[in-house]
Amino acid sequence: MSIDDKLSTVKYTSDIYSHLNPDNKECLKCLSKCCTIVCPANVYSWDKENKKLIVNYENCLECGACRIACEKKCLKWEYPRGTKGVTFKQG
Amino acid sequence: MNSENKTDVIVVGGGPAGIAAAITVARGGGKVVMIERGKFSGSKNMFGGAIYTQPTKEIFPDFVKTAPLERRNIEHKYAILAEDESTVVSYKSKKSEEYGSYTVIRSKFDRWMAEEAKKAGVYIVEETVVKELLLDGKKVVGVKTELEDYYADVVVLADGVNSLLAKSIGLREDIQTKDVALSVKEVIKLDREKINDRFNISDDEGCIYEIFGGPMLGMLGLGFMYTNKDSVSIGFGLTLNELVEKEIKPYEMLDKLKAHPTIAPLIKDGELLEYSAHLIPEGGYKKLPRLYSDGVLVVGDAAMLVNNLHWEGTNLAMTSGKLAGETILIALKEKDFSASMLSRYQKKLENSFVLKDLKTYKDLMDVMHDRKEDFLEYYLKKINSFFAMFVSVDSIPKRKKYIDFIKSIFTDRKFAELGKDAYNIIKLLWGIFK
Repeated sequence: MSIDDKLSTVKYTSDIYSHLNPDNKECLKCLSKCCTIVCPANVYSWDKENKKLIVNYENCLECGACRIACEKKCLKWEYPRGTKGVTFKQG
Repeated sequence: MNSENKTDVIVVGGGPAGIAAAITVARGGGKVVMIERGKFSGSKNMFGGAIYTQPTKEIFPDFVKTAPLERRNIEHKYAILAEDESTVVSYKSKKSEEYGSYTVIRSKFDRWMAEEAKKAGVYIVEETVVKELLLDGKKVVGVKTELEDYYADVVVLADGVNSLLAKSIGLREDIQTKDVALSVKEVIKLDREKINDRFNISDDEGCIYEIFGGPMLGMLGLGFMYTNKDSVSIGFGLTLNELVEKEIKPYEMLDKLKAHPTIAPLIKDGELLEYSAHLIPEGGYKKLPRLYSDGVLVVGDAAMLVNNLHWEGTNLAMTSGKLAGETILIALKEKDFSASMLSRYQKKLENSFVLKDLKTYKDLMDVMHDRKEDFLEYYLKKINSFFAMFVSVDSIPKRKKYIDFIKSIFTDRKFAELGKDAYNIIKLLWGIFK
Protein backbone atom coordinates (compact mmCIF):
# COMPACT_ATOMS: atom_id res chain seq x y z
CA MET A 1 0.00 0.00 0.00
CA SER A 2 1.43 3.40 -0.95
CA ILE A 3 1.92 6.16 1.58
CA ASP A 4 -0.71 8.22 -0.24
CA ASP A 5 -3.23 5.42 0.28
CA LYS A 6 -2.30 5.24 3.96
CA LEU A 7 -2.66 9.01 4.35
CA SER A 8 -6.05 8.95 2.65
CA THR A 9 -7.37 7.32 5.85
CA VAL A 10 -6.37 10.34 7.97
CA LYS A 11 -8.74 13.21 8.70
CA TYR A 12 -7.21 16.65 8.23
CA THR A 13 -8.42 20.23 8.47
CA SER A 14 -6.03 22.10 6.21
CA ASP A 15 -4.76 25.56 6.91
CA ILE A 16 -3.82 28.05 4.21
CA TYR A 17 -0.56 28.70 6.08
CA SER A 18 2.24 26.17 6.53
CA HIS A 19 3.26 25.43 10.12
CA LEU A 20 6.51 23.90 8.81
CA ASN A 21 8.95 26.47 7.49
CA PRO A 22 12.48 25.38 6.57
CA ASP A 23 15.17 27.91 5.78
CA ASN A 24 15.87 26.90 2.20
CA LYS A 25 19.33 28.52 2.20
CA GLU A 26 20.35 25.97 4.83
CA CYS A 27 18.52 23.13 3.05
CA LEU A 28 20.71 23.81 0.00
CA LYS A 29 23.77 23.03 2.12
CA CYS A 30 22.20 20.00 3.80
CA LEU A 31 23.71 16.72 2.61
CA SER A 32 21.41 14.16 4.18
CA LYS A 33 18.03 15.83 3.49
CA CYS A 34 16.92 13.43 6.22
CA CYS A 35 13.50 15.06 6.57
CA THR A 36 12.67 13.48 3.19
CA ILE A 37 13.39 10.05 4.73
CA VAL A 38 12.15 10.06 8.32
CA CYS A 39 8.84 11.84 7.88
CA PRO A 40 6.10 9.24 8.34
CA ALA A 41 3.76 11.28 6.12
CA ASN A 42 6.31 11.92 3.34
CA VAL A 43 5.73 15.64 3.77
CA TYR A 44 9.14 16.66 2.41
CA SER A 45 10.64 16.13 -1.01
CA TRP A 46 13.63 17.75 -2.68
CA ASP A 47 12.92 19.51 -5.95
CA LYS A 48 16.21 19.01 -7.78
CA GLU A 49 15.34 21.31 -10.65
CA ASN A 50 14.46 24.32 -8.51
CA LYS A 51 16.81 23.35 -5.66
CA LYS A 52 14.05 23.74 -3.17
CA LEU A 53 12.47 21.71 -0.39
CA ILE A 54 8.82 21.03 -1.18
CA VAL A 55 6.72 20.88 1.99
CA ASN A 56 3.32 19.20 1.79
CA TYR A 57 2.41 20.43 5.25
CA GLU A 58 -1.25 19.44 4.75
CA ASN A 59 -0.22 15.79 5.22
CA CYS A 60 1.65 16.41 8.48
CA LEU A 61 0.82 14.01 11.35
CA GLU A 62 2.36 16.48 13.84
CA CYS A 63 4.81 13.96 15.30
CA GLY A 64 7.87 16.24 15.37
CA ALA A 65 10.37 13.75 13.89
CA CYS A 66 11.56 16.25 11.27
CA ARG A 67 12.19 18.92 13.88
CA ILE A 68 14.51 16.66 15.87
CA ALA A 69 16.15 15.02 12.85
CA CYS A 70 16.80 18.25 10.91
CA GLU A 71 20.56 18.27 10.40
CA LYS A 72 20.87 22.03 9.94
CA LYS A 73 18.38 22.85 12.70
CA CYS A 74 16.83 25.20 10.17
CA LEU A 75 13.22 24.08 10.41
CA LYS A 76 10.79 26.47 12.05
CA TRP A 77 8.37 23.91 13.42
CA GLU A 78 5.11 24.94 15.04
CA TYR A 79 1.88 23.24 15.86
CA PRO A 80 -0.87 23.98 13.34
CA ARG A 81 -3.32 26.61 14.52
CA GLY A 82 -5.93 25.51 17.04
CA THR A 83 -8.67 24.47 14.66
CA LYS A 84 -6.35 22.97 12.06
CA GLY A 85 -4.26 19.90 11.34
CA VAL A 86 -4.79 16.22 11.99
CA THR A 87 -7.68 14.68 13.95
CA PHE A 88 -7.01 11.07 14.87
CA LYS A 89 -10.11 8.91 15.24
CA GLN A 90 -8.43 5.60 16.03
CA GLY A 91 -5.28 6.69 17.92
CA MET B 1 -2.97 41.77 35.25
CA ASN B 2 -6.51 41.16 34.06
CA SER B 3 -8.25 39.45 36.97
CA GLU B 4 -10.88 37.88 34.68
CA ASN B 5 -8.18 35.86 33.01
CA LYS B 6 -6.58 34.68 36.24
CA THR B 7 -7.14 31.20 37.67
CA ASP B 8 -5.36 28.96 40.18
CA VAL B 9 -3.91 26.47 37.73
CA ILE B 10 -3.48 26.23 33.97
CA VAL B 11 -2.80 22.82 32.48
CA VAL B 12 -1.38 22.88 28.96
CA GLY B 13 -2.39 19.70 27.17
CA GLY B 14 -5.43 17.47 27.67
CA GLY B 15 -3.89 14.00 27.49
CA PRO B 16 -3.67 11.46 30.35
CA ALA B 17 -1.06 13.46 32.31
CA GLY B 18 -2.81 16.81 31.92
CA ILE B 19 -6.24 15.41 32.73
CA ALA B 20 -4.91 13.59 35.82
CA ALA B 21 -3.31 16.81 37.07
CA ALA B 22 -6.38 18.93 36.31
CA ILE B 23 -8.92 16.59 37.88
CA THR B 24 -6.79 16.14 41.02
CA VAL B 25 -6.64 19.92 41.53
CA ALA B 26 -10.35 20.39 40.76
CA ARG B 27 -11.41 17.63 43.17
CA GLY B 28 -9.28 19.30 45.85
CA GLY B 29 -11.11 22.60 45.36
CA GLY B 30 -8.68 24.42 43.05
CA LYS B 31 -9.76 26.36 39.96
CA VAL B 32 -8.29 24.79 36.82
CA VAL B 33 -8.27 25.70 33.15
CA MET B 34 -7.05 22.95 30.82
CA ILE B 35 -6.02 24.02 27.33
CA GLU B 36 -6.06 21.40 24.56
CA ARG B 37 -4.87 22.15 21.03
CA GLY B 38 -6.94 19.43 19.34
CA LYS B 39 -10.64 19.52 18.55
CA PHE B 40 -11.10 17.40 21.67
CA SER B 41 -8.88 15.42 24.06
CA GLY B 42 -7.41 12.42 22.23
CA SER B 43 -7.73 13.91 18.76
CA LYS B 44 -3.98 14.52 18.45
CA ASN B 45 -2.94 11.46 20.43
CA MET B 46 -1.78 8.05 19.38
CA PHE B 47 -0.28 5.10 21.24
CA GLY B 48 0.02 1.30 20.95
CA GLY B 49 -1.84 0.73 23.09
CA ALA B 50 -3.09 -0.06 26.47
CA ILE B 51 -4.09 1.80 29.59
CA TYR B 52 -3.34 0.18 32.92
CA THR B 53 -6.08 -0.80 35.35
CA GLN B 54 -4.55 -0.07 38.76
CA PRO B 55 -3.09 3.42 38.08
CA THR B 56 -6.20 4.42 36.10
CA LYS B 57 -8.43 3.34 39.02
CA GLU B 58 -6.50 5.66 41.31
CA ILE B 59 -7.93 8.55 39.31
CA PHE B 60 -11.13 7.03 37.93
CA PRO B 61 -12.24 4.35 40.44
CA ASP B 62 -15.23 3.20 38.32
CA PHE B 63 -13.65 3.46 34.89
CA VAL B 64 -14.03 -0.27 34.16
CA LYS B 65 -17.81 0.17 34.24
CA THR B 66 -18.10 3.62 32.71
CA ALA B 67 -15.20 4.30 30.30
CA PRO B 68 -15.19 3.34 26.61
CA LEU B 69 -12.85 0.33 26.68
CA GLU B 70 -12.03 -2.11 23.91
CA ARG B 71 -10.72 -5.39 25.35
CA ARG B 72 -9.16 -6.56 28.62
CA ASN B 73 -5.71 -7.94 27.84
CA ILE B 74 -5.37 -11.51 29.03
CA GLU B 75 -2.44 -12.62 26.90
CA HIS B 76 1.02 -11.20 26.27
CA LYS B 77 2.99 -12.72 23.43
CA TYR B 78 6.68 -12.01 23.00
CA ALA B 79 7.45 -12.76 19.37
CA ILE B 80 11.12 -13.11 18.49
CA LEU B 81 11.29 -12.83 14.73
CA ALA B 82 14.20 -13.79 12.52
CA GLU B 83 13.89 -13.13 8.78
CA ASP B 84 11.32 -15.81 8.08
CA GLU B 85 11.07 -17.78 11.31
CA SER B 86 9.83 -16.98 14.78
CA THR B 87 9.84 -18.09 18.37
CA VAL B 88 6.90 -16.91 20.44
CA VAL B 89 6.70 -16.96 24.23
CA SER B 90 3.23 -16.42 25.61
CA TYR B 91 1.80 -15.68 29.02
CA LYS B 92 -1.95 -16.01 29.39
CA SER B 93 -4.06 -15.49 32.47
CA LYS B 94 -7.60 -14.36 33.08
CA LYS B 95 -6.86 -13.66 36.73
CA SER B 96 -4.93 -10.40 36.48
CA GLU B 97 -8.06 -8.24 36.39
CA GLU B 98 -6.79 -5.69 38.94
CA TYR B 99 -3.23 -5.37 37.68
CA GLY B 100 -3.65 -5.75 33.97
CA SER B 101 -4.56 -3.46 31.13
CA TYR B 102 -7.24 -2.59 28.59
CA THR B 103 -6.89 -1.57 24.98
CA VAL B 104 -8.61 1.75 24.23
CA ILE B 105 -9.11 4.08 21.29
CA ARG B 106 -7.66 7.40 22.37
CA SER B 107 -10.20 9.60 20.61
CA LYS B 108 -12.88 7.88 22.71
CA PHE B 109 -11.02 7.23 25.95
CA ASP B 110 -9.21 10.57 26.36
CA ARG B 111 -12.42 12.33 25.44
CA TRP B 112 -14.22 10.39 28.16
CA MET B 113 -11.52 11.31 30.70
CA ALA B 114 -11.88 14.97 29.70
CA GLU B 115 -15.66 14.74 30.23
CA GLU B 116 -15.03 13.36 33.71
CA ALA B 117 -12.64 16.26 34.37
CA LYS B 118 -15.32 18.69 33.21
CA LYS B 119 -17.80 17.09 35.64
CA ALA B 120 -15.23 17.60 38.41
CA GLY B 121 -15.13 21.31 37.60
CA VAL B 122 -12.20 21.63 35.19
CA TYR B 123 -12.76 24.39 32.65
CA ILE B 124 -11.63 23.04 29.28
CA VAL B 125 -10.55 25.23 26.37
CA GLU B 126 -10.25 23.25 23.13
CA GLU B 127 -8.79 23.99 19.69
CA THR B 128 -6.34 26.43 21.25
CA VAL B 129 -2.55 26.38 20.96
CA VAL B 130 -0.44 27.83 23.75
CA LYS B 131 2.23 29.80 21.90
CA GLU B 132 4.45 30.73 24.82
CA LEU B 133 4.73 31.03 28.58
CA LEU B 134 4.31 34.36 30.33
CA LEU B 135 7.10 35.13 32.75
CA ASP B 136 7.59 37.56 35.59
CA GLY B 137 11.36 37.46 35.95
CA LYS B 138 12.04 33.74 36.10
CA LYS B 139 8.65 32.80 37.46
CA VAL B 140 6.03 31.37 35.11
CA VAL B 141 2.84 33.38 35.61
CA GLY B 142 0.66 32.32 32.70
CA VAL B 143 0.33 31.37 29.07
CA LYS B 144 -0.09 33.20 25.79
CA THR B 145 -2.50 31.49 23.43
CA GLU B 146 -3.31 32.41 19.86
CA LEU B 147 -6.13 34.59 21.10
CA GLU B 148 -5.43 35.85 24.58
CA ASP B 149 -3.29 35.67 27.69
CA TYR B 150 -4.29 33.61 30.73
CA TYR B 151 -2.69 33.95 34.15
CA ALA B 152 -2.34 31.36 36.94
CA ASP B 153 -0.42 30.62 40.12
CA VAL B 154 0.89 27.39 38.62
CA VAL B 155 1.19 26.21 35.02
CA VAL B 156 1.40 22.46 34.37
CA LEU B 157 3.18 21.53 31.16
CA ALA B 158 1.46 18.42 29.82
CA ASP B 159 2.16 19.36 26.22
CA GLY B 160 3.58 16.05 25.13
CA VAL B 161 6.85 14.64 23.89
CA ASN B 162 7.77 17.71 21.84
CA SER B 163 7.16 20.10 24.78
CA LEU B 164 8.23 23.29 23.07
CA LEU B 165 7.18 25.10 26.24
CA ALA B 166 9.55 23.22 28.58
CA LYS B 167 12.32 23.95 26.10
CA SER B 168 11.38 27.63 25.87
CA ILE B 169 12.15 28.20 29.55
CA GLY B 170 15.25 26.00 29.64
CA LEU B 171 13.77 23.05 31.52
CA ARG B 172 14.90 20.72 28.77
CA GLU B 173 17.57 20.74 26.10
CA ASP B 174 17.14 19.90 22.45
CA ILE B 175 16.22 16.25 22.09
CA GLN B 176 18.76 14.08 20.27
CA THR B 177 17.64 11.63 17.59
CA LYS B 178 18.80 8.69 19.73
CA ASP B 179 16.57 9.77 22.62
CA VAL B 180 13.23 9.45 20.82
CA ALA B 181 11.59 6.69 18.87
CA LEU B 182 9.30 7.33 15.97
CA SER B 183 6.25 5.14 16.17
CA VAL B 184 3.93 4.51 13.25
CA LYS B 185 0.78 2.49 13.49
CA GLU B 186 -2.06 1.16 11.40
CA VAL B 187 -5.45 0.35 12.84
CA ILE B 188 -6.85 -2.46 10.73
CA LYS B 189 -10.54 -3.32 10.69
CA LEU B 190 -11.31 -6.99 11.11
CA ASP B 191 -14.49 -8.88 11.98
CA ARG B 192 -14.79 -9.50 15.69
CA GLU B 193 -15.14 -13.23 15.04
CA LYS B 194 -11.95 -13.26 13.00
CA ILE B 195 -10.04 -11.44 15.75
CA ASN B 196 -11.34 -13.88 18.35
CA ASP B 197 -10.39 -16.89 16.20
CA ARG B 198 -6.98 -15.67 15.11
CA PHE B 199 -5.90 -14.54 18.57
CA ASN B 200 -7.71 -17.33 20.43
CA ILE B 201 -9.70 -14.99 22.65
CA SER B 202 -13.36 -14.25 23.31
CA ASP B 203 -15.30 -11.01 22.73
CA ASP B 204 -14.00 -8.88 25.58
CA GLU B 205 -10.56 -10.44 25.84
CA GLY B 206 -7.43 -8.94 24.33
CA CYS B 207 -4.05 -10.22 23.20
CA ILE B 208 -0.87 -8.16 22.98
CA TYR B 209 2.06 -9.00 20.72
CA GLU B 210 5.40 -7.51 21.63
CA ILE B 211 7.65 -8.01 18.64
CA PHE B 212 11.44 -8.23 18.55
CA GLY B 213 13.48 -8.36 15.37
CA GLY B 214 11.90 -9.16 12.01
CA PRO B 215 12.54 -6.22 9.68
CA MET B 216 14.08 -4.37 12.64
CA LEU B 217 16.83 -6.96 13.30
CA GLY B 218 19.91 -5.20 14.61
CA MET B 219 18.05 -1.94 15.18
CA LEU B 220 16.89 -0.34 18.39
CA GLY B 221 13.19 -0.79 17.82
CA LEU B 222 10.27 -2.97 18.80
CA GLY B 223 7.00 -3.84 17.17
CA PHE B 224 3.57 -4.22 18.72
CA MET B 225 0.09 -5.52 18.04
CA TYR B 226 -3.00 -4.87 20.13
CA THR B 227 -6.51 -6.19 19.67
CA ASN B 228 -9.43 -3.77 19.82
CA LYS B 229 -13.08 -4.84 19.66
CA ASP B 230 -13.36 -4.71 15.88
CA SER B 231 -9.84 -3.82 14.81
CA VAL B 232 -6.20 -4.69 15.34
CA SER B 233 -3.48 -2.10 15.91
CA ILE B 234 -0.07 -2.89 14.48
CA GLY B 235 3.00 -0.70 14.57
CA PHE B 236 6.52 -0.25 15.80
CA GLY B 237 8.76 2.26 17.50
CA LEU B 238 12.26 2.73 16.14
CA THR B 239 14.81 5.19 17.47
CA LEU B 240 14.99 8.18 15.18
CA ASN B 241 18.75 7.92 14.67
CA GLU B 242 18.25 4.44 13.11
CA LEU B 243 15.83 5.86 10.56
CA VAL B 244 18.22 8.70 9.72
CA GLU B 245 21.41 6.62 9.58
CA LYS B 246 19.97 3.63 7.74
CA GLU B 247 17.74 5.81 5.52
CA ILE B 248 14.59 3.91 6.38
CA LYS B 249 11.18 5.22 5.44
CA PRO B 250 8.95 4.42 8.40
CA TYR B 251 5.91 3.37 6.37
CA GLU B 252 8.02 0.95 4.32
CA MET B 253 9.30 -0.60 7.53
CA LEU B 254 5.73 -1.02 8.73
CA ASP B 255 4.78 -2.77 5.48
CA LYS B 256 7.69 -5.18 5.97
CA LEU B 257 6.57 -5.94 9.52
CA LYS B 258 3.02 -6.57 8.30
CA ALA B 259 4.34 -8.93 5.64
CA HIS B 260 6.37 -11.11 8.04
CA PRO B 261 5.10 -14.71 7.79
CA THR B 262 4.26 -14.81 11.50
CA ILE B 263 2.31 -11.54 11.40
CA ALA B 264 0.66 -11.47 7.98
CA PRO B 265 -1.97 -14.21 8.61
CA LEU B 266 -3.19 -12.36 11.72
CA ILE B 267 -4.21 -9.27 9.74
CA LYS B 268 -5.04 -10.89 6.42
CA ASP B 269 -7.98 -9.33 4.54
CA GLY B 270 -8.18 -6.47 7.01
CA GLU B 271 -9.10 -2.98 5.90
CA LEU B 272 -6.97 -0.01 6.93
CA LEU B 273 -9.02 2.31 9.15
CA GLU B 274 -6.33 4.82 10.01
CA TYR B 275 -2.60 5.38 9.73
CA SER B 276 -0.89 7.48 12.41
CA ALA B 277 2.47 8.48 13.84
CA HIS B 278 3.86 9.83 17.10
CA LEU B 279 7.16 10.21 18.91
CA ILE B 280 8.01 8.28 22.07
CA PRO B 281 10.49 9.75 24.56
CA GLU B 282 13.13 7.03 25.03
CA GLY B 283 16.00 8.77 26.77
CA GLY B 284 15.16 7.27 30.16
CA TYR B 285 16.39 8.37 33.55
CA LYS B 286 19.57 10.04 32.31
CA LYS B 287 17.68 12.30 29.89
CA LEU B 288 14.94 13.53 32.22
CA PRO B 289 14.35 17.27 31.94
CA ARG B 290 14.04 19.52 34.98
CA LEU B 291 10.62 18.71 36.36
CA TYR B 292 9.76 21.98 38.12
CA SER B 293 10.67 25.61 38.47
CA ASP B 294 9.02 28.73 39.90
CA GLY B 295 5.32 28.48 39.05
CA VAL B 296 5.63 25.49 36.72
CA LEU B 297 5.61 21.67 36.71
CA VAL B 298 6.25 19.19 33.88
CA VAL B 299 4.31 15.90 33.60
CA GLY B 300 3.88 12.86 31.32
CA ASP B 301 5.61 12.67 27.95
CA ALA B 302 6.66 16.32 28.31
CA ALA B 303 8.73 15.11 31.28
CA MET B 304 9.87 12.12 29.13
CA LEU B 305 8.37 9.64 31.59
CA VAL B 306 8.26 6.40 29.61
CA ASN B 307 9.37 2.92 30.63
CA ASN B 308 10.11 1.51 27.21
CA LEU B 309 11.17 -1.99 28.26
CA HIS B 310 7.72 -2.59 29.76
CA TRP B 311 5.76 -0.68 27.10
CA GLU B 312 4.49 1.62 29.85
CA GLY B 313 3.70 5.28 29.30
CA THR B 314 0.08 6.20 30.01
CA ASN B 315 0.42 4.96 33.59
CA LEU B 316 3.51 7.08 34.23
CA ALA B 317 1.66 10.00 32.65
CA MET B 318 -1.42 9.60 34.85
CA THR B 319 0.56 9.05 38.04
CA SER B 320 2.87 12.02 37.38
CA GLY B 321 -0.19 14.20 36.69
CA LYS B 322 -1.82 13.05 39.91
CA LEU B 323 1.33 13.73 41.96
CA ALA B 324 1.67 17.16 40.34
CA GLY B 325 -1.97 17.87 41.24
CA GLU B 326 -1.41 16.81 44.85
CA THR B 327 1.65 19.06 45.08
CA ILE B 328 -0.32 21.99 43.68
CA LEU B 329 -3.08 21.52 46.26
CA ILE B 330 -0.47 21.94 49.01
CA ALA B 331 0.98 24.97 47.21
CA LEU B 332 -2.48 26.55 46.91
CA LYS B 333 -3.10 26.01 50.61
CA GLU B 334 0.25 27.52 51.55
CA LYS B 335 0.01 30.20 48.82
CA ASP B 336 3.59 29.36 47.92
CA PHE B 337 4.37 28.62 44.26
CA SER B 338 8.14 28.81 44.45
CA ALA B 339 10.46 26.19 43.00
CA SER B 340 11.28 24.98 46.49
CA MET B 341 7.60 24.32 47.25
CA LEU B 342 7.03 22.67 43.87
CA SER B 343 10.14 20.51 44.32
CA ARG B 344 7.86 18.30 46.43
CA TYR B 345 6.55 16.98 43.12
CA GLN B 346 9.98 15.60 42.26
CA LYS B 347 10.22 14.01 45.73
CA LYS B 348 6.83 12.37 45.23
CA LEU B 349 7.94 11.02 41.85
CA GLU B 350 11.17 9.73 43.36
CA ASN B 351 9.20 7.90 46.04
CA SER B 352 6.83 6.38 43.50
CA PHE B 353 7.35 3.65 40.93
CA VAL B 354 7.72 6.33 38.24
CA LEU B 355 11.28 7.47 38.91
CA LYS B 356 12.20 4.27 40.75
CA ASP B 357 11.52 2.24 37.60
CA LEU B 358 13.31 4.70 35.32
CA LYS B 359 16.29 4.57 37.68
CA THR B 360 16.23 0.76 37.65
CA TYR B 361 16.69 0.84 33.88
CA LYS B 362 18.95 3.88 33.70
CA ASP B 363 21.69 2.00 31.81
CA LEU B 364 19.35 0.13 29.49
CA MET B 365 19.35 2.55 26.58
CA ASP B 366 23.13 3.07 26.63
CA VAL B 367 23.64 -0.68 26.58
CA MET B 368 21.07 -1.22 23.84
CA HIS B 369 22.46 1.54 21.63
CA ASP B 370 25.89 0.03 22.04
CA ARG B 371 24.95 -3.65 21.69
CA LYS B 372 21.93 -3.59 19.37
CA GLU B 373 23.59 -5.79 16.73
CA ASP B 374 24.19 -8.32 19.47
CA PHE B 375 21.07 -8.28 21.59
CA LEU B 376 18.62 -7.31 18.86
CA GLU B 377 20.03 -9.37 16.02
CA TYR B 378 22.54 -12.09 16.80
CA TYR B 379 20.80 -13.55 19.85
CA LEU B 380 17.32 -13.19 18.37
CA LYS B 381 18.45 -15.22 15.38
CA LYS B 382 20.26 -17.66 17.66
CA ILE B 383 17.12 -18.33 19.71
CA ASN B 384 15.36 -19.22 16.48
CA SER B 385 18.21 -21.40 15.28
CA PHE B 386 18.18 -23.23 18.61
CA PHE B 387 14.55 -24.18 18.09
CA ALA B 388 15.21 -24.98 14.43
CA MET B 389 17.86 -27.42 15.65
CA PHE B 390 15.66 -28.76 18.45
CA VAL B 391 12.68 -29.60 16.26
CA SER B 392 14.45 -30.79 13.11
CA VAL B 393 14.45 -34.53 12.52
CA ASP B 394 17.42 -35.39 10.36
CA SER B 395 18.90 -38.62 11.75
CA ILE B 396 21.85 -36.69 13.24
CA PRO B 397 22.39 -37.72 16.87
CA LYS B 398 21.03 -35.12 19.28
CA ARG B 399 24.28 -34.97 21.26
CA LYS B 400 26.19 -33.91 18.17
CA LYS B 401 23.55 -31.27 17.39
CA TYR B 402 23.80 -29.76 20.85
CA ILE B 403 27.58 -29.69 20.72
CA ASP B 404 27.53 -28.12 17.24
CA PHE B 405 25.07 -25.48 18.43
CA ILE B 406 27.22 -24.52 21.41
CA LYS B 407 30.34 -24.55 19.23
CA SER B 408 28.65 -22.24 16.75
CA ILE B 409 28.29 -19.53 19.39
CA PHE B 410 32.05 -19.55 19.88
CA THR B 411 32.84 -19.62 16.17
CA ASP B 412 30.23 -16.94 15.31
CA ARG B 413 31.52 -14.57 17.92
CA LYS B 414 34.88 -13.52 19.27
CA PHE B 415 35.59 -14.19 22.93
CA ALA B 416 35.89 -10.46 23.52
CA GLU B 417 32.34 -9.92 22.18
CA LEU B 418 30.93 -12.68 24.35
CA GLY B 419 32.71 -11.10 27.30
CA LYS B 420 31.11 -7.72 26.48
CA ASP B 421 27.67 -9.36 26.18
CA ALA B 422 28.07 -10.97 29.59
CA TYR B 423 29.42 -7.76 31.09
CA ASN B 424 26.45 -5.75 29.82
CA ILE B 425 23.90 -8.28 31.03
CA ILE B 426 25.51 -8.21 34.48
CA LYS B 427 25.55 -4.41 34.36
CA LEU B 428 21.81 -4.31 33.63
CA LEU B 429 21.03 -6.85 36.34
CA TRP B 430 23.23 -4.96 38.78
CA GLY B 431 21.24 -1.82 37.98
CA ILE B 432 18.03 -3.64 38.94
CA PHE B 433 19.17 -5.28 42.17
CA LYS B 434 21.77 -3.00 43.68
